[in-house]
Amino acid sequence: MAVQSSAPAAEAATAPADGHRQGKPQLSEGARAERRLAFLLCAPAVFIMVAVTAYPIGYAIWLSLQRYDLRFPADQAFAGLSNYVVVLTSGYWWSAFLVTLLITVISVAIEFVLGLALALVMHRTIVGRGLTRTVVLIPYGIVTVVAAFSWQFAWTPDTGYLAALLPDGSAPLTGQASAIALIILAEVWKTTPFMALLLLAGLALVPDDLLKAAQVDGAGPWQRLTQIILPMMKPAILVALLFRTLDAFRIFDNIYILTGGSNGTGSVSMLGYNNLFRAFNLGIGSAISVLIFIAVAIIAFIFIKLFGAAAPGSDPDGRR
Amino acid sequence: MAAATTGAAKSKWAVANTLVLIYALVPVLWIVSLSFKPASSIGDGNFIPREWTLENYTQVFGVSLFTSALVNSIGIAIIATVLAVVIGTMAAYAIARLRFPGKGLLVGVSLLIAMFPPISLVSPLFDIERAIGLFDTWPGLILPYITFSLPLAIYTLSAFFREIPWELEKAAKMDGATPLQAFRSVIVPLAAPGVFTTAILVFIFCWNDFLFAISLTSTERSQTATVAIANFTGASEFAEPTGSIAAAAVLLTIPIIFFVLFFQRRIVAGLTSGAVKG
Repeated sequence: MAVQSSAPAAEAATAPADGHRQGKPQLSEGARAERRLAFLLCAPAVFIMVAVTAYPIGYAIWLSLQRYDLRFPADQAFAGLSNYVVVLTSGYWWSAFLVTLLITVISVAIEFVLGLALALVMHRTIVGRGLTRTVVLIPYGIVTVVAAFSWQFAWTPDTGYLAALLPDGSAPLTGQASAIALIILAEVWKTTPFMALLLLAGLALVPDDLLKAAQVDGAGPWQRLTQIILPMMKPAILVALLFRTLDAFRIFDNIYILTGGSNGTGSVSMLGYNNLFRAFNLGIGSAISVLIFIAVAIIAFIFIKLFGAAAPGSDPDGRR
Repeated sequence: MAAATTGAAKSKWAVANTLVLIYALVPVLWIVSLSFKPASSIGDGNFIPREWTLENYTQVFGVSLFTSALVNSIGIAIIATVLAVVIGTMAAYAIARLRFPGKGLLVGVSLLIAMFPPISLVSPLFDIERAIGLFDTWPGLILPYITFSLPLAIYTLSAFFREIPWELEKAAKMDGATPLQAFRSVIVPLAAPGVFTTAILVFIFCWNDFLFAISLTSTERSQTATVAIANFTGASEFAEPTGSIAAAAVLLTIPIIFFVLFFQRRIVAGLTSGAVKG
């Protein structure tokens, strides 16, 4: 998964206690100590992640290969890939897939721009910094279901202040395009703080001296942003975009509350939920989950390829 | 640079801050407004309530489960956050800093865990927890919370660990510090922005989780506040619990505000107050 970029020349200067050279059968004492420390440090994380998820993930994959409908438990049988064929040839899957993709792309794009703006304000503001930072994070802190519910209330004619601003007789949650726009709005409002916080921490790593030096050399604000700040924040940007995209693609709560998936607004996660918990078709539901997983994995792979050496786990590049 | 702190710059930032506050707070104030509306006028669509009432709040605390659920939520979220950040910090340090076989595998697999749709994992998790007696206990929730926040923790932390000036660690080692000492006393303080960012995100994840909480708990022993909200009913059989849900959401947001208020100042403190100056 991770990109093991070949070590650049600068590496040699900063590489820790060597012994990594290829073709050398014996590891030096330092390298072995390093390896031991690494295993010790990673052991708890590996242990807990494997212990909690190995069986559930394996079980879900096994279920996806079964014909298993809780309404007809006696009919359970190995079904090979037929569940996948059923899902992939179904119009429901593809329309949900397109809706999900649309919501993901638009909301992550808006969130990145807005999140960067928020992070810059949080980082550089000279008045009320603590207050601003805290307030920005409140939307992310509110229970998602309740936030979604309050949006639904606000956009429903008669009960909401936002619906009252619209022309009489409009019910924005009942049309496909307007409902998707409102879902995106709710999603962007809720999760931009996540992006902003990660980008803020990235901004904290850009040395002020460097920016001042650039300013003295005549770089304008835009140049400083695109030539210095953004390149230095690359690792933080990767993490923020990656995890937001993974989450956005699995959007569920907001749609569930705002529209219930009606009028062509359902996401792939809603489809999975409906099959698992409404129709009790465990085989089909699990196949949908695995397909969502594969789709998300492809997205993650593209991101990591695009960001190359900035991805975690690629060799440290000896940055100074 | 004296010009940067003039009144003009201050008012410019004041405008920017105000825009940010409006963006973040208007939808929140709507929830606050709903929480103060009496049942009779909750559906009237006014942004500012015509009549104010505290009945929604008294009702929330009238639900016997809510107080214990609040205690469970706080305890579980804090323990899970501390453990996830500690375990994640250790692994991220190794990933960013050390050479060892299987690094790519660890990074890849932890991301795979973050990608699997949790809805299809709760049923098998329920089966396991029932079998080994973790169902409806604090550890029964803490363990999945740590697991599903570790990928984000590891990625965030290792991204920040890579950016740390390594010369300092080497200098510490040259002064006689062991690798572990160098890790503890040099890298951890420098990584503070990443560490506290991670802590905030993990805490909010645990605090707001609904799916695991509803599937893996059943009584006041471990039921969390999000689940308690979902079980609200109206004042009478026929009343919608909208007001009390809004009131409970407002109450649930208060601990988050304190948590963030407490940790946000550390997000820059790591690099500006440390030894890297100059």
